[in-house]
Amino acid sequence: MNVPDLQALASVPGPAIRAVHDEFHGDLLEVSMGPHHPSTHGVFRMIVTLDGETVVKLKPVFGYLHRNHEKIGENTSYLASMPYTDRLDYFCSMTNNWAYALAVEKLAGQAVPDRAEYVRVILAELTRLLNHTCLAGFLLQDGGASGTPLMYAFREREKILDLFESLSGSRMMCNFQRFGGCRVDPDPAWLAAARTLADGYGRFLDEFERLLTGNEILMARTQGIGRLSPALAVGAGVTGPILRASGVDYDLRKVDGYGAYPRLKFRVPLGDHGDTYDRYMIRVLEMRESISLLQQALADLPAGPIMDPKAKLRGFRPKAGEAYGRIEGPKGEIGFYLISEGGPNPYRYRVRPPSLINLTILEDLCLGHSIADAVVILGSIDIVLGEVDR
Amino acid sequence: MLGIGLLQGLAVTARNLIGSFHDPKRFVTTQYPEERTKLPEAYRNFPFLVAENATDPMGTLRCVACQICEKECPPQCIYIEKSKDKKPDANGKMQIYPAIFAIDTAVCMSCQICVEVCPFDAIKMDQVFEFAATDRFNGLVLDRVQLAKPNSYFHGIHPTEAAEVDGRLAAARKAAEEKARLAAAAKAAPKPPPAPKVDPPAE
Amino acid sequence: MESAEQIRERILAGVPGADISVLPNPAPSAQHSILLGPGRAREIAIFLRDAPGLKLDLCSNATGVDWPQHGYLEVVYHLYSVELKHGPVVIRQRTANRGDAVTLPSLTPVWRSCEFQEREIFDLFGVVFDGHPDLRRLLMWDEFKDHPMRKDYVEPDDFEWEPTPHGDVLAKARGHYPAAVPKEGPAP
Repeated sequence: MNVPDLQALASVPGPAIRAVHDEFHGDLLEVSMGPHHPSTHGVFRMIVTLDGETVVKLKPVFGYLHRNHEKIGENTSYLASMPYTDRLDYFCSMTNNWAYALAVEKLAGQAVPDRAEYVRVILAELTRLLNHTCLAGFLLQDGGASGTPLMYAFREREKILDLFESLSGSRMMCNFQRFGGCRVDPDPAWLAAARTLADGYGRFLDEFERLLTGNEILMARTQGIGRLSPALAVGAGVTGPILRASGVDYDLRKVDGYGAYPRLKFRVPLGDHGDTYDRYMIRVLEMRESISLLQQALADLPAGPIMDPKAKLRGFRPKAGEAYGRIEGPKGEIGFYLISEGGPNPYRYRVRPPSLINLTILEDLCLGHSIADAVVILGSIDIVLGEVDR
Repeated sequence: MLGIGLLQGLAVTARNLIGSFHDPKRFVTTQYPEERTKLPEAYRNFPFLVAENATDPMGTLRCVACQICEKECPPQCIYIEKSKDKKPDANGKMQIYPAIFAIDTAVCMSCQICVEVCPFDAIKMDQVFEFAATDRFNGLVLDRVQLAKPNSYFHGIHPTEAAEVDGRLAAARKAAEEKARLAAAAKAAPKPPPAPKVDPPAE
Repeated sequence: MESAEQIRERILAGVPGADISVLPNPAPSAQHSILLGPGRAREIAIFLRDAPGLKLDLCSNATGVDWPQHGYLEVVYHLYSVELKHGPVVIRQRTANRGDAVTLPSLTPVWRSCEFQEREIFDLFGVVFDGHPDLRRLLMWDEFKDHPMRKDYVEPDDFEWEPTPHGDVLAKARGHYPAAVPKEGPAP
């Protein structure tokens, strides 16, 4: 039986690791980057073996933020797990909530009214905007632009967080979606503020791109670095903007067609080279598509209830069975797998973390590059440790 | 030419730098604590118990110690003990009250589920974030005296929500009074005479 | 997207003699799963990945489940196709028992995305994957002994005082601090 060889799946042929103690070239150096490190996006550790400055081996170590969220999910009711999902990918709480609500709605067969679907799309696209803006900022921060693009990104992110705060009460830990709709119905004042933000965001992106996209230093540091081939990406389970930057057309908003997305028009940008610069540009292009989606959803928002009148808040006991529900989160495919035995708590509660699975290819991308490039590649993969470790 | 991207970028940063001196959109720092941003009405941080009036908070708590919030709280930070006796509440009805109502704010994640599930509008979200203690365990536990705040305070921080709650409670009270009045009137009215017994025809 | 029965027929045609059965899912999601018997799981996986009508090249999710009442550990894989844009196809494997016979064939050589997920299942449930290139703990540190996600996991007795305890936490508190926690509960 022909079992494919793991090494053959790698995108770059790994450099032949020479002997550790080489009298002529010196020893290989093993460095532990992290867990306390400003560029590792959280408590993340990489054990990197270096030949001079070139990475010859890289093993990621995680678990520093492991809170056993899945076991907590087994001991808490379905509703009470909703605030815990905010804390998974703490940047994107609205999309985490939506993924969990979608999985539970699939498990219980719960319908969602149209207005709630559109509001969910609005909030998810706002989340995508803030995530991708901050990613561009963090990527430049890792590349050495010490803070300026990041602070511009945070300045715009604050506007979106202000919207979240006036709607749900909290900037990041929104706890907003419920099984059968949303918790709060946005009032016309909020919708007008959202519309103003969506209309003005394009101008901010123009200025941001003028700062970054043509920047020679950014191009020199990211073009050709960390090429990811489509075959490796699909085999390694990579999803989200990274997969699309390698040229694979797989966006869950189009493939699964969940929520109100089938009724909205948008394009899916794809990359040509799969390198770090493409991963950055994909996110910029996705931000432009998000603005267009936001404007469409705000214009088409139907009237109606925000929550299904038959939905139960307390005493929610879905019948025995299981369901896997997934959405296109800003970092990739975030999915929840729930097994119910008919009780108030799920029997098995599993989060499919996009950040963890996207890290499968980290070693492949970094081999042969210098350690400074390893930091930039990690930045472009966009991880959040809350999601990697749960 | 090589370097045009860099020069354009420098123009952007220069515009932001100069703009931060005269354009509030570019200088977004608030000099806390001298200046404070106005919090939106929906902002939530830590719950509090609503008491109908400020002069007798313990006697006019809306909470009847049903313990639903305790059960639904995700991190289980609420501890309630029912009283053994009943005391009259703000409306004069004899009610069980919470003898102990403690919230551990070190554990509370302000998720607001306790507010959503409370059937009596007794617990609502406060907006305190400038709260520090010297003891990590008992210093951060708020008991019912510290948690009880009057309805006027609730109107101060969440005006629309408080107005809606007051309207709903007043309507419910009126409907209950109406029902009681009709029941009393039905009882006081003279009974209609019983229908005459019809003897079955003799066989 | 074919139904689970049709996929089962295809697998039997492509890998004759395979031991597979369809497990229906009573929930409205209707995501029925295919249980792979021991032995030829990797062949079946390669067939699912490469068969022209299926092309299930994305293993999106690999989950472990502990069934103490049935006496086995289970591993569930959710497969999707990026090329043909369909899915999910759910496949399961079960161990013989929860004690010593916990080895299952690893599907990492077929789908690289299982690499970290199977390590996590090994770490948290204790399923040993035969053929995994680097099977060691993922989220817990290497010297850790137990498997935390099992239903019968007993957490170590490193109790920290909680002012508002409930249920079994309250019982533990009374055991550790009998003077501080009187019988009637914490002081008001």
